[in-house]
Amino acid sequence: MTTVTDTRPAAATPTVPRPVYKVTGRGTLRSEWSKFWSVRSTWITVALALIALVGFGTIAAFRYKSMMSGGARHVDRDFLDATSVSLTLFGVNFGQLALGVLGVLFAAGEYTTGSIRSTLTAVPKRLPVLWSKVAVYGVVAFVIGTVGSFAGFLVTNAIVSGTAAHLSLTGDVARSLFGAGLYLGLIGVLAAALGAILRSVAGGISAFIAVIMLIPGLLSLLPTSWQGHVGPYLPSSAGEAIYTLHQQSDLLTPGKGALVLLGWTVLAVAGAAWRLVGRDA
Amino acid sequence: MIEARQLTKRYGEKTAVDGLDFTVRPGSVTGFLGPNGAGKSTTMRMIVGLDAPTSGTVTVRGRRYAQHSSPLQEVGALLEAKSIHPGRTAFDHLTALAYTHGIPKRRVHEVIEQTGLQSVARKRSGAFSLGMGQRLGIAAALLGDPATVMLDEPVNGLDPEGVLWIRNLLTQLAGEGRTVFVSSHLMSEMALVAEHLIIVGRGRLLADTTVEALVRDAGGDTVAVATADPARLRDLLSAPGVQITGEPGSERLAVTGRSAREIGAVAAEHGIALYELTQHRVSLEEAFMNLTRESVEYHATRPARSAA
Repeated sequence: MTTVTDTRPAAATPTVPRPVYKVTGRGTLRSEWSKFWSVRSTWITVALALIALVGFGTIAAFRYKSMMSGGARHVDRDFLDATSVSLTLFGVNFGQLALGVLGVLFAAGEYTTGSIRSTLTAVPKRLPVLWSKVAVYGVVAFVIGTVGSFAGFLVTNAIVSGTAAHLSLTGDVARSLFGAGLYLGLIGVLAAALGAILRSVAGGISAFIAVIMLIPGLLSLLPTSWQGHVGPYLPSSAGEAIYTLHQQSDLLTPGKGALVLLGWTVLAVAGAAWRLVGRDA
Repeated sequence: MIEARQLTKRYGEKTAVDGLDFTVRPGSVTGFLGPNGAGKSTTMRMIVGLDAPTSGTVTVRGRRYAQHSSPLQEVGALLEAKSIHPGRTAFDHLTALAYTHGIPKRRVHEVIEQTGLQSVARKRSGAFSLGMGQRLGIAAALLGDPATVMLDEPVNGLDPEGVLWIRNLLTQLAGEGRTVFVSSHLMSEMALVAEHLIIVGRGRLLADTTVEALVRDAGGDTVAVATADPARLRDLLSAPGVQITGEPGSERLAVTGRSAREIGAVAAEHGIALYELTQHRVSLEEAFMNLTRESVEYHATRPARSAA
């Protein structure tokens, strides 16, 4: 692109004076933002994600409390060293499903409905559309994830106050909760990229579920020595490393986990970019 | 102004568009005609860069569509396939498109009014009738106040009122000096609005012509004459540009290049009795069918060569 400012068209056609419009990155971003919020499925799925993030933690907290205060003889192993953070983040698994589905819908829905043709005739350079989508959805999923996690923590913490699980909002706790938001933001972008690669809602959702649930399960088929090498680097385990409160031996450090997940996300977005530019829409 | 040069699109073995060369000029309506599957939609998709040509180029005012800084202001396109999210309202759909170019909200309201969508603008487009959907597509095409308007089968599924509305709109847009490029598989529809015709069959250019020239090339209007003295009438009528055919011994002649009125006058002047005088109008439909039929036959013998 050598000529950015082009005065030729105005001189070429002596029609009525027309206003001069221009495709801009900012405009494309705004367009994607407005497209995201102007369909009903967005509101429903966002609500589901928040309900999952806050609600499941709340349920876990009540169960924990009744177990502890009711003097249950047998306490579930899951709950033995539970903290209000681990109880809160119980909902992350479900929240990521909702946010993943929404990411796929946002990207692949353009193809299944045909609106991609409108989108790409307005922005025929194409890539700005992908960057805008990724930016819009990354931010939205991160904010929902973070808000949901903090809200869930406040509720959960209030429920389990007076038990061993109660925590005050320290730096580590905040890191963990922000980590959950970061994980959901990145995994949301990953889902959107999968949707853009496969151009199909059904295919995108299947691929997303395979990435976060199926592949970790299949890993158990590998020899044990391999599992230790490969396991921590999967998107789901790398994510767990970001938001877990206490470091676990089979996980990466939070920083490393974030980098690994970011790597996966960048890879998926690069694939989506390659596909968007290379293939007819 | 749209210029296609050796434009070609292949999908695997199948060639959808095969070395098309044509120019669409501003200020008049250019019809893009061909039977279903002739490559019209594919060509239009390549014009706005949705499909990449296998070879050749197509430019809009001298450059590829994607290279323009304000594409919606260059070409407003209504494509055949649905291009709207059914869950989004007409207003939201247009607004989202407008944002990309920094087109003001005022313009969104303008095109909604221009296409008569006011009453349904806040409804989800999935519930629209076919006609309303077409109107929304046209509203989107007009949004950027484009120099070129390109519509793929715009009258498909419209009621008579809608068809008339589109016809008037096309004429009006061309009158404003815009390039108007409209596809159809119905010659009769095009004959009413188009001045220029680009006719394709099986992806190849069959004719780049005007409506008038097409009729002329198809043999023009023929007059069937039955007369008492065919030989003498033949001599009297013959002139440059006049074609007369008839079989020896038959009292019938077929005349092109002279009107029935003229023939009648000549016969009366020379006292030749006429038994029949009938004007046969070559319909555009026929002319079009002849053209496309030939293309089909031409292609039937073609595979041997194209395989080499």
